Amino acid sequence: MSNWFEKSAFEIREAVAGGTVTAREVATSFLDRIDAVDEKVGAYTQVWHDEALAQADAVDAKIAAGKLVGALAGVPISLKELICTQSGETTCSSKILAGFQSPYDATVTQKLLADDAVVLGKVNMDEFAMGSSTENSAVQKTSNPWDLSRVPGGSSGGSAASVASATSAISFGSDTGGSIRQPAAFCGCVGLKPTYGRVSRYGLVAFASSLDQIGPLTRDVRDAALAMNVISGKDPRDATSADLPAEDFTKKLGDSIAGLKIGLPKEYFVDALGSEVRALVEKATKVLEDQGAEIVEVSLPHTEYAVSVYYIVAPAEASANLARFDGVRYGFRHPDAKNVSEMYVKTKSEGFGEEVQRRIMLGTYVLSSGYYDAYYLKAQKVRTLITQDFDEAFKACDIILTPTTPSTAFTMGEKSNDPLEMYLNDIFTISANLAGIPGISLPCGTSASGLPVGFQLLSKAFDEATLLQTAHCYEQHADVNLGIPNL
Amino acid sequence: MVTKSVAVGLALGCTISRWSKMDRKNYFYPDQSKNYQISQYDLPINHDGFLDIDVDGKKKTIGITRAHMEEDTARNTHTLGGGQSGVDFNRCGLPLLEIVTEPDIRSADEAYAYLTELKQILQYLEVSDCSMEEGKLRAEANISVRPVGTEPFGTKTEVKNVASFSGTYKAIEFEIARQIQVLNDGGTIVQETRGWDDDRGVTFSQRAKESAHDYRYFPEPDLVPIVVDEAWETTIKEGQPELPTPRRNRLMEQFDLSPYDAGVLTQTKAMADYFEATVADVSDAKKAANWIMGDLQALITQDDADITTIKIAPTQLAAMIKLIEDGTISGKIAKEVLVDMFQTGSDPKAIVEAKGLVQISDTGELEKMIAAVLEKNPAQVEEFRSGKEKVIGFLVGQVMQATKGKANPKLVNEILRKQLST
Repeated sequence: MSNWFEKSAFEIREAVAGGTVTAREVATSFLDRIDAVDEKVGAYTQVWHDEALAQADAVDAKIAAGKLVGALAGVPISLKELICTQSGETTCSSKILAGFQSPYDATVTQKLLADDAVVLGKVNMDEFAMGSSTENSAVQKTSNPWDLSRVPGGSSGGSAASVASATSAISFGSDTGGSIRQPAAFCGCVGLKPTYGRVSRYGLVAFASSLDQIGPLTRDVRDAALAMNVISGKDPRDATSADLPAEDFTKKLGDSIAGLKIGLPKEYFVDALGSEVRALVEKATKVLEDQGAEIVEVSLPHTEYAVSVYYIVAPAEASANLARFDGVRYGFRHPDAKNVSEMYVKTKSEGFGEEVQRRIMLGTYVLSSGYYDAYYLKAQKVRTLITQDFDEAFKACDIILTPTTPSTAFTMGEKSNDPLEMYLNDIFTISANLAGIPGISLPCGTSASGLPVGFQLLSKAFDEATLLQTAHCYEQHADVNLGIPNL
Repeated sequence: MVTKSVAVGLALGCTISRWSKMDRKNYFYPDQSKNYQISQYDLPINHDGFLDIDVDGKKKTIGITRAHMEEDTARNTHTLGGGQSGVDFNRCGLPLLEIVTEPDIRSADEAYAYLTELKQILQYLEVSDCSMEEGKLRAEANISVRPVGTEPFGTKTEVKNVASFSGTYKAIEFEIARQIQVLNDGGTIVQETRGWDDDRGVTFSQRAKESAHDYRYFPEPDLVPIVVDEAWETTIKEGQPELPTPRRNRLMEQFDLSPYDAGVLTQTKAMADYFEATVADVSDAKKAANWIMGDLQALITQDDADITTIKIAPTQLAAMIKLIEDGTISGKIAKEVLVDMFQTGSDPKAIVEAKGLVQISDTGELEKMIAAVLEKNPAQVEEFRSGKEKVIGFLVGQVMQATKGKANPKLVNEILRKQLST
């Protein structure tokens, strides 16, 4: 029996649908792999052994009955702890939602199940997606599979660690300021943040509603395209989802990129960028140039304000989005409260971790009367300028290429006492969320110490097809094969 | 929701915002599952309108500040006992339109007239059936008093949770008297929300407005902005039904109805529609009006029925009126026929035929019957001939009795006089 956990989603789907292997065999291969390595990695917060096998059997039954199967038939996947599932729990890796069972499936969950994916379980994250290392999880620590003393990145650290350690073929995370792309870069996998509005947010526990977007973390670009085919589309339950015709995101894979203009924003190649990362990103640029892309310099002049804008807009929205966790309806309620306001205070003080509390206070502050104009309103204006930067830049190029992170994965505890230092990890990824455009992080090699390095491609809104085409072209022609870490 | 909101805005002469948005109003109180309410803060979909009211024949214009969309809240119960409170989330999150007036209303009478006119418009637009018991229409009166001749308004109180217009009327009257009493006693009015106890006929303090709330309003990021372009507005405008006041005026003019009749007939759109559908087939509009407002309305009231679902179609009522006009039945018989129609939904003609109610207009037959009546009542015949013409009423009655009311009264009269004078 081959090690199915080493295969890509595409290969698995072909084999299952073609009858070469049963979905049960594949699921068993992944579940065994989880049992073997996840104790070290700590990606999974919940493993659904029985349910996964039952789902796999259902797929096998369909095939045996000669029925058509979905685009992810038999593909073992994992879901970030903030994507609602009727099965198991949806805790956002927070104490305040410990034991919470969602009464419904997120639209993404529904779509994945409808296309015959097999859900292996839920994976760890920074509490309420606030963080860049998954160290803010109230549930457990997750390690970087390439170096267990290092962080996997975050907030979708469980997703990245799981894909990198081959305990799921695809993991679905969420990206508010880089939460898919940064951990993908740290763990050496592919991470795609779709255009805002491309994927329904219904059933995604909201952090910052105007920035959040669900996306796939995968082993290769083709799998990301495959996943996008399943999860995108208009959802009447999410007013911000875009009403666009269904698209086949695999259609441009393999097309030549000759003549494609790739822009390098000068503001991204700054001193903060480590030299190792810079060298590998430059090498990646060369690969694309060799394939016929024209490299041009572009400018995104308001880049330096992105982090500040983000840390006003995101906490402001979060302060309202997280107000519902008050002990009245869901999850944790402090037992020793004598009245409503005491219940609120005690529940929140004990239920939320430090970083979440910090951002709620930050957000409450910037929305307060007397500060609104100076902070929130100004931030929204600068956000518009950042969006306009991209509109301008995309007049001169089709794709923008940048590093994903300034450095490789840092060691656990290294930055956890310095929130500002932690926030700066997202300087290259935040702008795409503010502008609503899609971005993908791809592995472009390893550092001297054997840690993965990623680079980022950005495209115009709703041009994921070109983004994936470019990424796929790189992947096909770059000599980067990280393989699976030794665990 | 947007279409209905704009329909109300247009009916109230509001400016419709081309671009508006929803906002989050943040506060901690368990009447929202999210601890914020989705509302419209600085850009309401409708603003700056007006509504004309009529109080005892005097016209007055009430300014409409805004009519904005928001979501409803949950309802809290504190009467469960054992120190427990309950939250009923059933109506939480339902969309509603909040219509805010300028401080133009000066009395309970004006408030009552405003609410009545507004309710009529809302029903005509079919945006709500306005059932107050079900909370589909709620009135929150803000009341303040000031010494005669002074400009600034006094401190106001807001009366909430009143289940009827008459309750609102009484609550306003009560609040005015209470506030005057407090001020005359040297006290001050506390700005607060007050409830209404309908049984005792008093308002009571619910919660005092604490130091100004900071609601931390900001644009709702889960919803997209609301764009009502000219084309959409025009479509809504064109789909608008004729509103109560213009319809009232038109009915008066077109059918020569009295202001009272026109007022009654336009009280609901359904009744006005029924009237107009009936009158299309009848030559005498006044007759149609009388039948609808009189006998038909009595039957509807008696059965607690709804004019939109009764068994009598307007064309059937028109057919019945025609049977009177062409002398097939008398007005008296028609009342019977109408009851039958109301119960069975049968055509008047069929009822008249089945029950043999056709009026006797056969002169020969009537002449024979009348001759027989005269023969039986020689004393009365004598009285008539000696000049006591009033006695003819008795004789007519006798004829009607003999024919079970089916004789054509006009013919009976004619033949009687003819026979008596020979």
